[in-house]
Amino acid sequence: MVKNSEDRVMACIAHVVMIIISVLAIIPFWLLIAASFTDENIVIAKGYNFIPPKLSLAAYSYILSQWMQIIHAYGITITVTAIGTALGILITAMFAFGLLQKDIVGVKVIFLLVLFSMLFNGGIVPTYYIYTNVLHVKNTIFGLILPNLLMNGFNIILVMNYIRHNVPQEIIEAAEMDGFSIFGIFFKIVLPLSTPILATIGLLMGVTYWNDWTNGLYYITDSSLYSVQQLLNEMNNNVQFLASHASTGIVSTNLPANTVRMAIAVVAIIPILCIYPFFQKYFAKGIVMGAVKG
Amino acid sequence: MEKTLMNKKKKINWQKTIPVYILMLPALLYLLFNNYLPMFGIVMAFKRINLSLGILKSPWCGLDNFTFLFSSGNAWIITRNTILYNVAFIILGTALGIAVAILLNEITHKYTSRTYQTLMLLPYLMSWVVVSYIVYAFLNSSTGFIVKSILPALGVEATSDFYQDPTYWPFILIFVNMWKTIGFNTILYLAAVISISPEYYEAAKIDGATKWQQIKYITLPGIKSTAITLFILSVGRIFYSDFGLFYQVPKNSGMLYNVTQTIDTYVYNALMTQNNLGMASAAGFYQSIVGFVLVLFANWVIRKVSPEDALI
Repeated sequence: MVKNSEDRVMACIAHVVMIIISVLAIIPFWLLIAASFTDENIVIAKGYNFIPPKLSLAAYSYILSQWMQIIHAYGITITVTAIGTALGILITAMFAFGLLQKDIVGVKVIFLLVLFSMLFNGGIVPTYYIYTNVLHVKNTIFGLILPNLLMNGFNIILVMNYIRHNVPQEIIEAAEMDGFSIFGIFFKIVLPLSTPILATIGLLMGVTYWNDWTNGLYYITDSSLYSVQQLLNEMNNNVQFLASHASTGIVSTNLPANTVRMAIAVVAIIPILCIYPFFQKYFAKGIVMGAVKG
Repeated sequence: MEKTLMNKKKKINWQKTIPVYILMLPALLYLLFNNYLPMFGIVMAFKRINLSLGILKSPWCGLDNFTFLFSSGNAWIITRNTILYNVAFIILGTALGIAVAILLNEITHKYTSRTYQTLMLLPYLMSWVVVSYIVYAFLNSSTGFIVKSILPALGVEATSDFYQDPTYWPFILIFVNMWKTIGFNTILYLAAVISISPEYYEAAKIDGATKWQQIKYITLPGIKSTAITLFILSVGRIFYSDFGLFYQVPKNSGMLYNVTQTIDTYVYNALMTQNNLGMASAAGFYQSIVGFVLVLFANWVIRKVSPEDALI
C-alpha cells in the first residue's frame, strides 16, 4: 500500500488516541500499586498518590504475616478454576458431539431445549433455591463450581460448529467401519481434532472462574472456602478480616489499614498481570468468537 | 438412507442410541438442575414461600408479591435505572468501539497495534471486586486521590463523601463501565474492520477518495451488519444489568440506591440481605418474563436483517 500524507496524519492521530486510551487503561493499576507501597501516615495525611512521597513495605509485611490465609484462598481459586474448567470443557464437548448425532431419537428436541435455555431463565431466586435446598451445595466446593458457570449454550454451539466444519465426516465413518465405539471416536478422534476450540472456550471459562466472586457471595459463608476474589470482597467491607480470622486470634491495633487494602488487591492481580501478555492473543480471539457466535 | 428411516420408524436402534445418551448425560443433568428446574421455580413469585414446607407445598398468594413490589415504587426505580444505564452503555459503547477500532486499524505496525490492544483489554480481564478497589482508591473521602489531590488542586472544597452522595454516580458508573469494556468493544469491531477487503480501499484511493470518504463509504457500511447484530443483541439484554458493576462499584451503599439500584442488585438485596423471598421472586419473575419477550423480539428483528446471526 502506498503511503500518502493523509495516511500519515491519520496514523499520527491514531497513535495519540491509542496512547491516551492505553494510559487511561493502565494508570489506575499504577495508583493501586503505588498506594500499596506508600507509608501509612503519609496516606492518612495526603491520601493515595501516584508517586509515593515515602515508601514503605509495612502493608506487605503485614500480608506476609497472614500468608497462610492468602495461600489457602489461592488454593481454593486454583482448585475451583482447574476443576470447573476441565469438567466444563469435557461435558460441553461430549454434549456438542452427541447433539451432532441428528439421526438419534430425541437429539433434535434436546438441541431445542439448549436453545430455549439461552432465551429464557428462571432467574436468581429459583436457581438459588434449587442449589441450596435440592442440591445442598451451600458451603461446599461445589457451590463455587456448579452454579451458572459450568456450561452454557453459546459454548455448546461454538464447539458444535467447530466439529461440524473441522472434523472430517469420512474419518468418523472410517473409524465406525473399523469397529470404534462412539466413545472411542469421541476420545480418540473428535477430542484431539477439536483442541483449538476447546482451548478457546477453556481460556474464557478459566478467566470466568478465576474472577468469580458471586457464587461465593451466594453459596459460601464458611471462610475456609473463600477464594481470592471472595477474600478481597470480604476485606472491602472489613479490612480487619485477615487478622480476625488468623489462628493467633490477635486483632492488630496498629494495622496499616489504608495501605493493606491496596496491597491485598495487588496480591490478587499480580498473577494475572504476569501471565496475561502470553494469552492476550487467544483471549481476544475467544472474545470475538463468543460474542458473535463463531 | 430409506432403509434407516424405515428402521427408525419400526424400532429404535438402542445399540447406537444409548451410548450417545451416555455421552450427553452429564450435560443433560446440568441443564436440568441449572436451567430447567429454576424455570419451573418461577412459580415462587405467586406463592407465600415457607422454606420448611418447600416450594410445592407453600400456599399460593396470587399477585400479592407483585402488588407489594409495584406499590412500593421500587419497581419503577429499578426498571428506569436498568434501562437508562443500558441505553447509555449501548450508545457510548458502540460509538467508542467503532471509533477506536477504525483508528486502531490505521496503525499498520503489527507489534504496536498488538500492544495497544493488550493494554486496553487489561481492565476487561479484571473482576469487579478489583475494579471496586480501584474506584475506592480514587473516590473515598479520607484517602481518595480525587478527593485529596485533584479537588484541592482545582480549589474545590469536597463537601460530601462520594459514597453518600448520589449526584455524580450516573457519570461515575458510565465512565467506569466504558473504562472496563472499551477494549472488548474495540476488539469486536476491529475484527469486523479487518475483514473488509483491502481492494476496496485501493480502488477508492485511485479514484482520489479522502480518508473520511473511505471511512464513510467503505468502513462503516462494511461493519454495519456486525454493529446491527450486536446492537440488537444488547437490546434483547436491556432488562439485565451487570451485577458486579452495580453492586461492587458503589459498594452497595444504601444512600445511592436511587441511582445505582438495578433489577439484579434489587433481587440480590431482597433475597440475601432482607430475606424477602416473595419480593425477590416477584422482581425476578418480572425480569425473566419481560427479558424473555425482549430477547424474542430482538431475535425476530435479527432474523429480518441478518438471518445467519439469529439464534432461532
